[in-house]
Amino acid sequence: MTVAMHYPHEAEVIERCQESPTIFSLVLRLMDPMVASEYRFTPGQFNMLYLFGVGEIPISIVSDPARPGELIHTIRDVGRVSHGFSQLGVGDRIGLRGPYGRGWPLEQMEGRDVMIVTGGLGCAPVVSVINYILQRRERYGRLVILQGVKHSSDLIWRERYAEWERQNNTQVLLAADVGGEPWPGVIGPITMLFEYARFNPQATVTMMCGPERMIHAAADVLIERGSRSEDIWISMERNMQCAVGQCGHCQFGASFVCRNGPVYRYPDASELLAKRGF
Amino acid sequence: MPDDVTSGFLPGQDFAQLLAALTGQGYRCVGPTVRDGALVYDTLQGVRDLPAGVHIQQSPGSYRVEFSQGKRLFGWANGPQALKPLLFAPREVLWQAQRTAGGELHFSQEIPEPLPTAVIGVRACDLAALELQDRHFLETDVPDAGYGARRRQLFLVAVNCTRPAETCFCASTGDGPAVSRGYDLVLDELDEGFIIRSGSTSGDGILDLLTLQPVSPQQLGAATDATVRAAAMQGRQLPGRNLRDLLFGNLDHPHWEVVAARCLSCGNCTSVCPTCFCYRELDQPALGGESSRHYREWDSCFTQGHSYIHGFTVRPDTRLRYRQWLTHKLGGWHDQYGRSGCVGCGRCIAWCPVGIDITEEVGAIAASPA
Ligand code: SF4
Ligand code: SF4
Repeated sequence: MTVAMHYPHEAEVIERCQESPTIFSLVLRLMDPMVASEYRFTPGQFNMLYLFGVGEIPISIVSDPARPGELIHTIRDVGRVSHGFSQLGVGDRIGLRGPYGRGWPLEQMEGRDVMIVTGGLGCAPVVSVINYILQRRERYGRLVILQGVKHSSDLIWRERYAEWERQNNTQVLLAADVGGEPWPGVIGPITMLFEYARFNPQATVTMMCGPERMIHAAADVLIERGSRSEDIWISMERNMQCAVGQCGHCQFGASFVCRNGPVYRYPDASELLAKRGF
Repeated sequence: MPDDVTSGFLPGQDFAQLLAALTGQGYRCVGPTVRDGALVYDTLQGVRDLPAGVHIQQSPGSYRVEFSQGKRLFGWANGPQALKPLLFAPREVLWQAQRTAGGELHFSQEIPEPLPTAVIGVRACDLAALELQDRHFLETDVPDAGYGARRRQLFLVAVNCTRPAETCFCASTGDGPAVSRGYDLVLDELDEGFIIRSGSTSGDGILDLLTLQPVSPQQLGAATDATVRAAAMQGRQLPGRNLRDLLFGNLDHPHWEVVAARCLSCGNCTSVCPTCFCYRELDQPALGGESSRHYREWDSCFTQGHSYIHGFTVRPDTRLRYRQWLTHKLGGWHDQYGRSGCVGCGRCIAWCPVGIDITEEVGAIAASPA
């Protein structure tokens, strides 16, 4: 629990970056020094960001927890609130409350190999963990990043992937359902990438985020290859309004994604994952 | 009377004493009264507002108030609502934002300051539901401020049910018809008056202000018989106390489709249900643009928007919504709150416009499980 759980606190946009035609990042700073000094988060957690007069949306925090003074949020312009955020510039004020939910199991991962599997566009929850590991490279073993997209032109942050690739003991593999211009990856479903990934399933902790069908399919392959299901972690997405497990919108079986998630150990979510209606 | 007395007999004609004692202690008295063809909980001006002689006929899709010559004040089972709207307000401001001319934002939380309120005539099912709502809104590391403020000001005068409706099935869920805990005072209504017992120190305080007679063994016996009879009168039941495995094991049961063909997805069931807690949040900016209030209002898992995530609806159709309601209420609640979310009040049966009956729908699945 931290400072700002019940209602928002003022935050200022200190930097804005357009990542793709529809994706942008806002770097935020909490204005109240007291609130700012107590604010702590773990990668995988999220904040509720409030646009004055319009409403709130849950956004994952992608920046490094060691720098809580610059909170980076990568947002896709898909709705009324996110569109409003896309119009903001440096110096504009918004509301921020959080952080909420359970983040990635960073301590349990220490000393082990890590695999990241992500589908879709700019999957923020895993970007935070990749950044975290790269800043503390010596604490982790091998790092394998598998990224799938629908169309090859959907991939944002190409330079970032190229840079990750150059890191020592790190492998980056890309898959696109539909290929286009020069594409450094395979054409096909993300599960094809397991053929090319060099990893030891028993020694690896996997973190996934993206469409639930993809997560389900990828987890099946991993388990078949010898991963323990408890070593697989996933981040989920649902309608979230209160973020404290009360409004009921993020109900997923017997859990609230905002509180019990958004990061789940795979066996705790697999029963209903990708089951239509949950 | 001696101050260690925690029960006594209050003659019927002295019932006003109880209201006077509560009012004298600063409570606003809220209780059942008939309005627009239903029993609603509202502020009571006096005993005359209570529904003397009123009976209520309830059946799937139907609720009818009947008047008799009888004098009993509590000869009915329940109204469409009882405690829930008094604590979990149907609509309220959570916080508000002010914007200065320079674009700075200031936020403030709105915490209500409710008057002490005594609710008269609370049923066992409603106390059980209250316990669950308390668990949901208060027993967490982020307790709800508005709910908590109202809850702390509440004084509960319960009454043991003697005349359940046809839709009631609290005996099968273990929540009634007799009240077992969670009250300040509890009444047994007999022809000649009330046995009144205290269940808390604030209850003791009110009891001390009343002129009570000793309770006779005959009166005690009559009270017990009445609740035993009330339990026996209930014809409906759920097929078990924990239906979690049955329901989650039958997610593809054909009966979900059968219910979906009748259900209108109107959400009446969730709004009358005393344990349903979903709410949506929304902003309402002031006309001048310098401030905006952030509200919450009751929501329902039967609405389209409930499961919407940018461009995708998790439960687009009625079959998935009805299944969500039931698997959560009778299944998921066991893991989240340690028991089923149904207290057997039967409201969702009576207030469903097409008469969908939770006990029958679950019964159909239990009768032919996968
Ligand atoms: S599900 Fe129906 S019977 Fe059960 S508590 Fe809710 S309204 Fe009452
Ligand atoms: S079960 Fe009845 S009350 Fe509930 S949504 Fe369907 S039609 Fe409405």
